[in-house]
Amino acid sequence: MSRTTLEAPESEEAPKPPRRRTPLQRTEARTGWGLLTPTLLIVLVVVVAPILWTIVLAFQRVRVIDLQRRGMTGPWTMRNLDRVFGSPGFWDTLWTTVVYSVGGVALSISIGLVAALAVRHPFRGRTFVRASFLLPYIAPVVGATFVWQTMLNPEYGVLNAWGTRFLGWDRPVDFLNEISGSLWGVNVPTALLTVIVFEGWRYFPFAFLFLLARMQALPADLEEASRVDGATPTQRFRHVILPQLLPTIAVLTVLRFVLTFTKFDDVYLLTGGGSGTEVVSVRVYDFLTSRGDIGAASAEALVLAVALAVFVLIYLRIAGPGRES
Amino acid sequence: MTTVPGAADRRRWDRERVENAVLGVLRWVTIVVLTVVSVFPFYYMVLLSVRLIQDVQLSPGSIIVNPGEIAFSAYTEVLKSVDEGGQGFVRLILISSAVAIATVIVTLTVSIPGAYAVTRLRFFGRRQVDALFLAVYLFPAIVLAIPLYVVLSRLELRGSLFALVLVYVAQTVPVTLYMLRGYFDTIPVSLEEAAQLDGNGRLGVIWRVSLPLSRPALAATALYVFMIAWNEYLFALLFMVERRDRWTVSLGLSQLAGSIEIPTTVLMAGSVLLTAPIVALFFAGERLLVEGLTGGAEKG
Repeated sequence: MSRTTLEAPESEEAPKPPRRRTPLQRTEARTGWGLLTPTLLIVLVVVVAPILWTIVLAFQRVRVIDLQRRGMTGPWTMRNLDRVFGSPGFWDTLWTTVVYSVGGVALSISIGLVAALAVRHPFRGRTFVRASFLLPYIAPVVGATFVWQTMLNPEYGVLNAWGTRFLGWDRPVDFLNEISGSLWGVNVPTALLTVIVFEGWRYFPFAFLFLLARMQALPADLEEASRVDGATPTQRFRHVILPQLLPTIAVLTVLRFVLTFTKFDDVYLLTGGGSGTEVVSVRVYDFLTSRGDIGAASAEALVLAVALAVFVLIYLRIAGPGRES
Repeated sequence: MTTVPGAADRRRWDRERVENAVLGVLRWVTIVVLTVVSVFPFYYMVLLSVRLIQDVQLSPGSIIVNPGEIAFSAYTEVLKSVDEGGQGFVRLILISSAVAIATVIVTLTVSIPGAYAVTRLRFFGRRQVDALFLAVYLFPAIVLAIPLYVVLSRLELRGSLFALVLVYVAQTVPVTLYMLRGYFDTIPVSLEEAAQLDGNGRLGVIWRVSLPLSRPALAATALYVFMIAWNEYLFALLFMVERRDRWTVSLGLSQLAGSIEIPTTVLMAGSVLLTAPIVALFFAGERLLVEGLTGGAEKG
């Protein structure tokens, strides 16, 4: 969920490490750490330690078959990383992942913004509409991907049935298994485009929720003043509302990008990573399960994590430390 | 700002009127289109689950079903136990529920004191703890999947539901902390101080003041954690795929799709059984959830 509050430095209550602590402060610190211990313990054992170990694994030659016979570490090697960077498949996959993430994030945030603007002012049935908008986001991913697969099926799917009957398509389109097709005479990567559209559909509610919450918290007087000054609705949006939404949009963009860049379920369930939709996470999964090559999988995952960290750092350099949120 | 009636002024009024008319229409078009786009797939899921596969193949484009043609055979096939030739979904639903409920209980139990600590107490390292939880929340599950898969394989814990719940707890703790914290912030400190003067320790204060006051928040958080655990797919797939007797609904359904002889109507019935509980829970607690998730976005 949006961690805007977490990212914002809490200037008014940021505890400075005191030089001389009073007994009371010491007690408070002890209590604080005591209360946090169970949470920290679980996170350290289940998340932090395994992550550190992935870094070790990336420099080892480990296969699933060896797991029963060896200790936690073996001889160090750079072979995995060499193989990751040396295989052409990896760069294709990374490129696919970037296209998928940028497309999916842009689509979901723009639909979310349009949706938030549309239901901003009360009308009859708004509660129902708002709840319906959230359905794609809360539905289990397995159910959502299956129903899409069925709708898009070239033989008995409703979309192709309508497309061929009403829209004059000369043949059904196999949306999820066609590497490229032509759209209005332009060659497009059909399957990749389809998973991007799915991503936009599934995550627009997320952007919608946060943008709507932000809009409803905007001070009314600014907009009122611009209305009195004669700004038309589009001008009001462009010069009054949008600037106030930008911090939220920026945070959403980073958050969604980070989460989409490493998304596994959606692409894996929709296409299995075939037809030009192989993203890094699906490739890592294949290395791990079908090839049983733990070393290579770890190295790929590591490269993924590093690429992600680089993107986030670039963002932080450009946008500053998120003070405005 | 006084307006002088003149040509420019009239033009502005024209533009205002045109825009209002166009946007007024566009707004309703958007609302209708987006509602249809959001709801239709789920309607289609239910529709196909009560149609016969022959009818679907004959008229794939029809999106209504006559009351006389409604068939529940797909549901009986999905719900019947494997021994009786069905898909045994009753068992899967029970397992998913148990996993999700266990995740909710453990996550809330460990997160409540933690959330209280980061909300109320000042101690050295609090900011670092915040950063740690944010990092955990943003950390890619697929990267985490590798070492966990290796460790669990070595410890021969793959296929253990306990391990699955532990991983879910670690995944949901950051979100839970964030949501609870938003609520604990709104509780007046004076109430807590009064309870402390009455001789309660910190845990007593949490138990007697913070928890009773944040009941709706706890309900929303529990609901959200339940939804995450029920919907989760990747870890269930990695840890449980070899143990057919311990599949969750998500996993069981995805494994069904791999077999050729399962008709689409049965898959859709399974999808409805997977999706309906979550949608029902969501509508029951919709107001709570929306406020809980975005509560933090409005501050500052």
